[in-house]
Amino acid sequence: MNDLIKLVEADNAQRRADMPTFRAGDTVNVHVKIREGNKERIQVFQGTVIQRRNPNTNGETFTVRKISNGIGVERIFPVLSPNIDKVEVLRLGKVRRARLFYLRGRQGKAARVKERKAKA
Amino acid sequence: MSGLIGKKIGMTSVYNADGQALACTVIETGPCVVTQVRTGDKDGYEAVQLGFGERKEKHTNKPLQGHFKKAGTTPKRKLVEFKEFKTSLELGQTLQVADVFVEGDFVDVVGTSKGKGFQGVVKRHGFGGVGGQTHGQHNRQRHPGSIGACSFPSRVFKGLRMAGRTGGNRVKVQNLRVLRVMPEQNLLVVSGSIPGAKNSFVIIEK
Repeated sequence: MNDLIKLVEADNAQRRADMPTFRAGDTVNVHVKIREGNKERIQVFQGTVIQRRNPNTNGETFTVRKISNGIGVERIFPVLSPNIDKVEVLRLGKVRRARLFYLRGRQGKAARVKERKAKA
Repeated sequence: MSGLIGKKIGMTSVYNADGQALACTVIETGPCVVTQVRTGDKDGYEAVQLGFGERKEKHTNKPLQGHFKKAGTTPKRKLVEFKEFKTSLELGQTLQVADVFVEGDFVDVVGTSKGKGFQGVVKRHGFGGVGGQTHGQHNRQRHPGSIGACSFPSRVFKGLRMAGRTGGNRVKVQNLRVLRVMPEQNLLVVSGSIPGAKNSFVIIEK
């Protein structure tokens, strides 16, 4: 990529460095900034990461899925978005594929993800 | 109208204050040198001619060499006239990005669109195609259909849109917002896309 474009994207490097490493299957807390008029507050979205798209690009996003009141909810966040205050990794998941769309068809116990031990 | 000449660098995205990701184009522009000032008395109209990009002297012909010498500058690749420039300029003056553009401005960008070669009517004029494979049709999905009536007028009207060479035209995109001005790197970031390939010259008008 052109060096001049990198200059424009310079502030992204810091945001990327602040982001913890997580991948599909992990359970995360995403702290989202929400602006209501002039007030700003933080809302937490907790769920399982089911995919990361376009990794290591400017437009990288990740999808978080949770079950809210019995209804599956998915939110897509840009990794570099300034609206994300922080991301906490709560639990590492052991999965055998990069995109966990099979979770969409499952409920309750069947929708669990095995825990992965962090490498020392 | 004021403006500058630039070079298209490429596209990326930036976030605005609301956290929305905006697609944007990076243009390298300035420093541009005033190579000629047209006046009403002498030329019959008011304009300034700007030069951008370096060119080797051995690749510049003698008449142009003299033209650049008069302005007291090195030979430039691209020369463009801007009619009725908003600020009055002097011969040999150098214009930087920040002299002309500020963040939040709306600009028009002129460039030469990418050449697509010989294309059919669907790509070239946005025709819908003939539509469907039924009713006895099997080999004409992207065809233009009828191009006119029969014994009257017995000819095809001039200017009827048909297949042909596509792209490579001068195209102006209007009302692009200036998202960022970076004077140290001579960069301008505008929202959306602009015509042309990377490294092609563009004219940015304000």
